[in-house]
Amino acid sequence: MPDLLFQLAIILVKIVALTFCVVLPLVPISVYFERRFCAVIQDRVGPNRTGIPLTLLGFKKDFHFFGLIQPMADGVKLFLKEDFTPNYVRKAFYWLAPALTVAPALITVCVVPFGSPITLFGHKENLVIADLDVGPLFVFAVSSLTVYGITLAGWSSNSKYPLIGGVRSTAQMISYEIALGLSIIPVLLYFGELNLGKIVQHQADHGWLLLPLWQNGSLGLPDLQTALFWIPAVIAFLIFTISIFAETNRMPFDLPECETELVGGYHTEYSSMKFALFFMGEYAAMVIGSALIVTLFLGGWSLGFGLDKYIADFHIGGFHFGGLIHLGIFIAKLIAFILFFILVRWTVPRFRYDQLMKLGWVIFFEAALINVFLAALIIAAPELTAAIIGIGAVLLIAVTAAIIWVAKVSEEHPKPLRA
Amino acid sequence: MAVIKLQRPKLNFGEKIYFGALIKGFILTMTHAVKSLLGKSASADSMASSGLGVTMQFPEQRWDEHLPEYYRGAPALVTDEQGRERCVSCQLCEFICPPKAIKIIPSEIPSDDPWAKVEKRPKEFDIDMIRCIYCGMCEEVCPEQAIFLRKDYLITGLKRADMVHDKKRLYEIGGVRTGLVNKWNELK
Repeated sequence: MPDLLFQLAIILVKIVALTFCVVLPLVPISVYFERRFCAVIQDRVGPNRTGIPLTLLGFKKDFHFFGLIQPMADGVKLFLKEDFTPNYVRKAFYWLAPALTVAPALITVCVVPFGSPITLFGHKENLVIADLDVGPLFVFAVSSLTVYGITLAGWSSNSKYPLIGGVRSTAQMISYEIALGLSIIPVLLYFGELNLGKIVQHQADHGWLLLPLWQNGSLGLPDLQTALFWIPAVIAFLIFTISIFAETNRMPFDLPECETELVGGYHTEYSSMKFALFFMGEYAAMVIGSALIVTLFLGGWSLGFGLDKYIADFHIGGFHFGGLIHLGIFIAKLIAFILFFILVRWTVPRFRYDQLMKLGWVIFFEAALINVFLAALIIAAPELTAAIIGIGAVLLIAVTAAIIWVAKVSEEHPKPLRA
Repeated sequence: MAVIKLQRPKLNFGEKIYFGALIKGFILTMTHAVKSLLGKSASADSMASSGLGVTMQFPEQRWDEHLPEYYRGAPALVTDEQGRERCVSCQLCEFICPPKAIKIIPSEIPSDDPWAKVEKRPKEFDIDMIRCIYCGMCEEVCPEQAIFLRKDYLITGLKRADMVHDKKRLYEIGGVRTGLVNKWNELK
């Protein structure tokens, strides 16, 4: 019984520490980065004033700290705003929707490995809340629930633009989930593993998926099979990353909330903290998306180049704190990827809806399917005879050509009956 | 209505793939970001930038010495070189003012005043700076050249009453203007 209590206590500590002290603060920090980075891109300054107002307490100077307190000020503003509920909305769903968008994004945190195991008093603990053996599947299963929140928000607002936004978002997220799911099948085939923690451990030992430049702790070029697998890995990375952009409703795919067409999209009727929850859900989804990309393709918490086993060995007495350094590396990678998200947002203009659908269904779906077969061929190659490999390659090329031809033909406009 | 047939541009393979344009875009935005961080944005010098982008950071840096000659700031009343109020309260500015920001209550000048021949001067002259749109029509219409748009732009207040400039405040901002109209001067 005390053992069970101890386990529960550890799980609680992990939930509080990782979800509320690591991932949730990343949300306002990414909002801050978004504002500062976009300002810098546009030759502006961005919020750099909000700090601790020491002058109010009689000191000479305020403490600005690059405006890092700005997200907190935003949060306080959103808390204190009037929480207005229009009287024509469907109240129950209207109130449920914001929670439904945030909760899935935060639940998916639980399978992300944040670092290598920490050992304290001889007790080894993984830096992951739930060490599930179906990590990516769990993430997809839960994160696709976000679409309910957005759809319900659009429908329950009982107003035309939110409804259009909600419908768009439903179609978009369902379309891109297919490309998302198919694109990581090569990755899972390669690792032969669905446990994210073990995937990262494998990458730490044998080189990141996109950077296979070391083997068992020593630098060196990869063997032929790993080198060849780099091609489907890059294709999978591109499809997965772009699909994550679409899944999180980020620019260039933010059609559910594009201001120029739909006022505010599905959250037009929301104000105050309810709006903030949508906002938070979107950024939390972005954080989780980046975490997933970093975990699957860019080595998760590993520093790479065979240095991880030295880091894992760091200890003071019985306290092996290497995991905390890995946590720091993971967060650094995460923030770097979030900055990439922001750079994309302020670089690429919004797609048209038909272009978005075409990209998802005509290009990514097929490309991901072909990629699965390509990866399978490369992985299975050592066990096949040369003739079978040749036939497989020819078949693959033929199928690819056929799909490209179909896509090209479908693009041609029918001739008008009268010129 | 004439039918205009638009010819969509024919895109070649590279343009259809779109990645080239993406990379170009990233290079463009990152160049802007780096230049902005180094304080070397285009025209950062001529904009007197603070060293981050082209922005001048307000309370520490002011645009004042860069204000152009024609800048239209807060309207103000002026006195002439002999300390006489130029305004004769003809109320033309009150009538022309598009947002009706000006309110004038005219009064007679008593006969024992040295400027009794001017006949009138404003008793009250209020400009509501919340309504004022800085159009400069009052300055243009004034036959006595008594009201000018100065370069003051920091018109702030904590309540509405603070934002109404009365006669005293207007002369404070305006100060003295010499020359100009001299029809009221003594004949030599």
